[in-house]
Amino acid sequence: MNRRTWIHAWLMLLPAFVFLIAFTHLPAVTTLIDSFWTTGKGRRAAVFTGLGNYRKMLEDPIFIKAMVNSAVYAAITIPASILLSLAMALLVHRSFRGVSLMRMAFFTPTVLPLIAVANIWLFFYAPGFGLIDQIRLVVGLPSANYVGQPDTALYAVAAVTIWKEAGFFMIFFLAALQTIPQSLREAAAIEGCGRWTFFRLVTLPLIMPTTLFVSVNAVINAFRLVDHVFVMTKGGPDSATMLLLYYIFETGFRFWDTAYAAALTVVLIAILSVVGIGQFFLADRRVHYK
Amino acid sequence: MRLLNVFLATSALTLFASAASAVDLEFYFPVAVGGPAAGTIQSLTEDYMAAHPDVKIDAIYTGSYADTTTKAITAVRGGNAPQLIISLSTDMFTFIDEEMIVAWDAYVTEEEKESWIGGFYPAFMANSQTEGKTWGIPFQRSTPVLYWNKEAFAKAGLDPEKGPANWAEMVEMGKKLTVKDASGNVTQWGVHIPSSGFPSWLWTGIVAGNGGLLADDTGTKVTFNSDAAVGALEALVALSATDGVMAPGILDWGGTPKAFFEGQAAMIWTTTGNLTNVRTNAPFDFGVGFLPGLTKNGAPTGGGNFYLLKGSTDEELQAAADFVKWATAPEQAAKWTIATGYVAPRPDVWETQTMKDYVKDFPQALVARDQLDYAVAELSTFEGPKVTQLLNSALEAAITGQKSPKEALDAAQAEADAILAAYR
Repeated sequence: MNRRTWIHAWLMLLPAFVFLIAFTHLPAVTTLIDSFWTTGKGRRAAVFTGLGNYRKMLEDPIFIKAMVNSAVYAAITIPASILLSLAMALLVHRSFRGVSLMRMAFFTPTVLPLIAVANIWLFFYAPGFGLIDQIRLVVGLPSANYVGQPDTALYAVAAVTIWKEAGFFMIFFLAALQTIPQSLREAAAIEGCGRWTFFRLVTLPLIMPTTLFVSVNAVINAFRLVDHVFVMTKGGPDSATMLLLYYIFETGFRFWDTAYAAALTVVLIAILSVVGIGQFFLADRRVHYK
Repeated sequence: MRLLNVFLATSALTLFASAASAVDLEFYFPVAVGGPAAGTIQSLTEDYMAAHPDVKIDAIYTGSYADTTTKAITAVRGGNAPQLIISLSTDMFTFIDEEMIVAWDAYVTEEEKESWIGGFYPAFMANSQTEGKTWGIPFQRSTPVLYWNKEAFAKAGLDPEKGPANWAEMVEMGKKLTVKDASGNVTQWGVHIPSSGFPSWLWTGIVAGNGGLLADDTGTKVTFNSDAAVGALEALVALSATDGVMAPGILDWGGTPKAFFEGQAAMIWTTTGNLTNVRTNAPFDFGVGFLPGLTKNGAPTGGGNFYLLKGSTDEELQAAADFVKWATAPEQAAKWTIATGYVAPRPDVWETQTMKDYVKDFPQALVARDQLDYAVAELSTFEGPKVTQLLNSALEAAITGQKSPKEALDAAQAEADAILAAYR
C-alpha cells in the first residue's frame, strides 16, 4: 500500500479514534490512576495510597453485600431471561391468527424506558392498593410488601429485569429460528424424529451462536441495568437490593468519595472483562455446529 | 472599510454597555415539592431586577436537591461556580469540606447580624451555623407533622377534633383505628410513618421527643446509640411488631398521601410540604397536629438554605447577599410560604397582613410554626451523605426485623465513628 492510502485510512479513522480515546480510553485510564489515590477535598489534598482503596473494599460490608447481590441477581436474571425469551420465540415462530399481535406484546417491554417500567411495577407491588395485593386479597392472602422487605426485595427487582429483557432477546432467537432450513425438519420427520429430539439435536445446536451472543448481552446487562433500583428501592431496605453499579453511583455522586468509586469501577470492569473474554474463548469451541 | 468601522463601533458600544450594567449573577435552585415553586422563584427574581436595574440575576432550575448539589460541586471544580445556590441545609459540612462556600458574615453589617441573621427561628439556624460562622440562610424549610382523618376517628368512636397528644395516645388510638375484614386482613391501619429512602429524618423527631439528639453542631460527633435513640427505635419497631397498628416493612414516602386519601391509614406522618396537596385531595376532613412524642414534643426540620459560593468577586457576592436579604424579608417570604407551603423562616413574616389573612383561612399552617419551638436540627455531619446512609441502613435493618434496635444502632455508631475520626 502506498503512503497516500495510509494517510487516507488514518484520516478516515481519526474521528472515531478521537471519540473513542476521549470518551472511553482516557476516562478508563484516569479511573485506574484515580483508584490508587484518596479523594481530594478542599481541605485535604489527595494522597497516594496504592492499593488502599482495594483493601478498604475487603472490609466494606456494603461492598461485599453488593457483590453477593450482584451475583444472585445475575444468577437469576441471566438464565431466566434467556429461557423465557427462547420459549417465547418458539411460541411465536409459527403462523397462527394474531401471531404479530403476540410478538408485539412480547416486545413491548423492550420499547419502554426502564424508569417508566419501574414506576409501573412499583404500583404492581404497592402494599394495600397495588395490583398484586388486590389479587392476593381476592384469594384471601394477607397483604405483602414485596419491595419493602429485605428477603423479597431483590427478587422483586430481578423480576422487572427479566420482564424487560426477555422480549429483546426473543427477537434474536426468532431471527435464528427462521434461518433453520425447512429441509432439516422434513428430513427429521421422515426419520421419525420426535419434536423434543429435533429441538435438542437440531434446533439447539444451530442456534448456539445466537445463544452465546444473547448470553454475553445478558451478563453485561445483569451488571449494567440498575435504573429501576433508583426508582424502586434506592438499594434498600438495608442494602438488600444494593448492586455493584448502583453502589458505584452512590459512592461517587452521593458520598463524593470519587477515588473509592474509581476503585469500585475498576473491579466492575475487571469482572466484565473476565466474564466476557471467558465466554468467547471457552464457549467458542462448542458453539459452531460442524 | 466603512462596514468594519461600524462593526467596531457597535462592538465597543456593546462592551461599554455590558460593563455599565454592573453585576451579573447566577443562581441555582432546586424544586423538591409539587406546586408552583419554580414560577414563584422566577417572579421573585424578576421583581428584584425591576427594582434594582443594576443587577441581573439568572435563576437556573437545577432539578432535585441531590442534582443541585451535584451540579454545584461540578461547577466549582470546573471553575465557573454560580454566586448563589439553594441546597439542603444538611449539605453544609459537605460544602465546607469541599471549601466551596463562603460564610455570610463578611457580607452583612454588625447591625444586620442582629436584625437579619438573628431574626430567623433558632431551630432553622441549627443547621446553618458552625465554627462560629453563618454558612446558610434558611429559605425553603419544612418540618413534618401528623395528619389525621377526622371521619375515621368518628367511626372509631374517638373525638375527631383531637389528635394524639403523645406517643402512648397515638398507639392507643391506633389500635382503635386499625380495622380488619372478616378473614382477619387489615383494611385500615392506625398509623403510617414512611421509611423508604431516608427513615432517619422522621426518626430524628422521635429521638428528640424522647429527649435525645443525634449530632452536635461541630459535625464531627454523633450519638446514634444513646438510650433515648435506642428507645425511640424500639418504639418505632413496636408499632408493627407488637402494637399491630402500622403495616410491617418499609413504607414508601410517595405512597403515603395516597394511603391517607384511600383510607388505608388513619394517621400519617409527613412533611408540611404536603399541606396543600392534602387540602386539595383528601375526600374527608382532616386535622393536623404536632408529632406525638414519647416523653415530650420533638420534631426535625428539613429543607434548603441559601449558600454563597466561592470563586466570584466580592462585589458579586455582596450583590447576591443583598438579593437574599430582600428575598427573606417579610413580604417576599410570606408570598413564598403561601405559594409553596414551606414554613416561613422568621417570626416577623407571620406578623405581615398577608400571612395573617392566610392563616385565618387555613389555621393548619400554624401547627408547623408552633412546632418549631420543639424542633431540632436535621442530622448533618462531615461526610454527611455517607453517615446518614449508614444510619438509614441501620434503621431499615431494625424496621424489617433483621437486627434488634440496639444491635443496629451500636453498629451504625461504630461505623460513623470510624468515618468521623478523620475530622476530629
